[in-house]
Amino acid sequence: MPAAIQLLNLTKEYRRDSFAVTALNQVDLTIEQGEFFCLMGPSGSGKSTLLHLAAGIDKPTSGQIVVLGDDVGRFSDKQLTAWRGENVGYIFQTFNLIPVLTALENVELPLLLTGLSRAARRKHAATALEIVGLSDRLDHYPRQLSGGQEQRVAIARALVTDPKILLADEPTGDLDAASAKDILEILTVLNRDHGKTIIMVTHDPQAAKHAHVVRHLEKGDLLPEGQLPEA
Amino acid sequence: MAIPFSYNLRNLKVRYTTTIMTALGIGLTVAVLLGILALVNGLRISLEVTGNPRQVLAMRQGSTSELVSFVTQEQFNTIKFLDGIEQLDGEPMASHEVVSIVALPLRGTTEDEGNMGNVNIRGLSPMGLRMRDGLELVEGRWFESGKREVVVGQGVHGIRANTDIGDKISFGRGDWEVVGIFNAGRSAYNSEIWTDGNLATTDLGRGSSRSSAIIRATDEAAALAISNRIKEDQRLLLEGRLERNYYEEQMSSAAPIQGLGIFVAIIMAVGSCFAAMNTMYTAVARRAREVGTLRLLGFSRWSIIGSFVFESLVLSLLGGVAGVLLVLPLNGIESRLGNQLTFSETTFSFQITPESIAAGLIFAAVMGMIGGLLPARLAAGKTILNSLRGS
Repeated sequence: MPAAIQLLNLTKEYRRDSFAVTALNQVDLTIEQGEFFCLMGPSGSGKSTLLHLAAGIDKPTSGQIVVLGDDVGRFSDKQLTAWRGENVGYIFQTFNLIPVLTALENVELPLLLTGLSRAARRKHAATALEIVGLSDRLDHYPRQLSGGQEQRVAIARALVTDPKILLADEPTGDLDAASAKDILEILTVLNRDHGKTIIMVTHDPQAAKHAHVVRHLEKGDLLPEGQLPEA
Repeated sequence: MAIPFSYNLRNLKVRYTTTIMTALGIGLTVAVLLGILALVNGLRISLEVTGNPRQVLAMRQGSTSELVSFVTQEQFNTIKFLDGIEQLDGEPMASHEVVSIVALPLRGTTEDEGNMGNVNIRGLSPMGLRMRDGLELVEGRWFESGKREVVVGQGVHGIRANTDIGDKISFGRGDWEVVGIFNAGRSAYNSEIWTDGNLATTDLGRGSSRSSAIIRATDEAAALAISNRIKEDQRLLLEGRLERNYYEEQMSSAAPIQGLGIFVAIIMAVGSCFAAMNTMYTAVARRAREVGTLRLLGFSRWSIIGSFVFESLVLSLLGGVAGVLLVLPLNGIESRLGNQLTFSETTFSFQITPESIAAGLIFAAVMGMIGGLLPARLAAGKTILNSLRGS
């Protein structure tokens, strides 16, 4: 079974005017399938950049990204879109729901790109919402939901296509403590009971406790396992 | 698969103030265009239905209208016995007619207020009356020969003062009493006042010559042949043309208004395009993260372009429908237009046809398409990451 994600000597630099800013510096990392992996670090340490690269929505300056055995860098835009739809679900800190669509319609969106019938799409979306405990909110618009409920809809949208990997970018960053706990419980269940590989970016130590593996990034460098950044 | 239409329709509904304002802007442009088309259509219908395809109008060579033409009695006697002329009760169907103009004030105003307009006066024979198809007396009676009496076309009666039964109209050597109102359908005759040809010719001091001669041929081929014979006969110095063609040529009087109207509509259309574009640029900027999310979920750049262009199209078509609704009350309203060939005015009713409505909606759709395409390209052109960052 291939690793969920392998980052091989990965470097990402951004150019700001005439300066080059290193977001990730020669990162080597392997995340196995079925892991709940947590990446921590202060703002600007390169956490989100790493997640963007793993999702194939950004390109590295150098190095290789292998996801589920596929070299992401070799895909065309079209192949990448199809691959991402099949293998990766993405959860945002700010939920990124479409405000004019109901919870059910938001979750149904990724399925519009599959060959499923409308009835099958609706059924899948309702099941995903049931998994996150929102089967009584199908026809609610995002503005009619709490932050925690919105994030649950976003999780349902990420898992509705049954991807192997869920990438979560600060999924509890915009939530109160109680809602954050609920979301982390859901992610734990998805990892434990549904076998999803979860890669979560956070700087909340409480959230990190749910993960099997926690690694830290500091100024673009991935610290060795067990090492914390300097205070 | 495309992004669901409900996404765009609900977005238009959510920002309804912007939607209404933009749609109204486009609607006004469409209304201007439809108004001009309604005017031109009305005038065209009025002039195109005038005249019988079997009738030939003879005028002096080089005359652009009956008003500046003269046909002598001798010339008339020659042409009314040409081969191919229809007979009625043993008489050739030919009418020697005199045409002049009289200035009348607008209904509800007086001469002193200056709202004068020229109306055609036509003196014709009893045969001339019988040669006009579809005439209907709607009020009063027809004029009697030898009396200073006139009948007024319904178009003139609706717009000009002093045209009610019993009113007096001054021209020639005295006052003429209005004794009837006639309806000539949608033809240009509705814009005329008719009277006895003999008396009018004398009164107007025209001697033995009148303005024109109208002849009815046995069929359309004969009408063409007669028209050619009149034209080719060097002794006559007359020009024969099919009566229907003569009225169709007068459509040129609408050309300046049509041109100006279309020019104004195009200027407004450019403005409306910018309005639609501005609305869509704002929408694209505000929904950048949504675009990024949709792209991340797997929707292609073309789906994004299609979605925003569709939204712009719906917006502009809403405007188009608003424009049609704005202009519909104009349909059937009587108006008038100065005719530069006859120096008189032609009354007509605004005609909004299904074709012009379709043209208005297509016009709106084109504005929407142009207004939506650039913002849609901008939305789709960004990388997923830039869209998600809202930049």
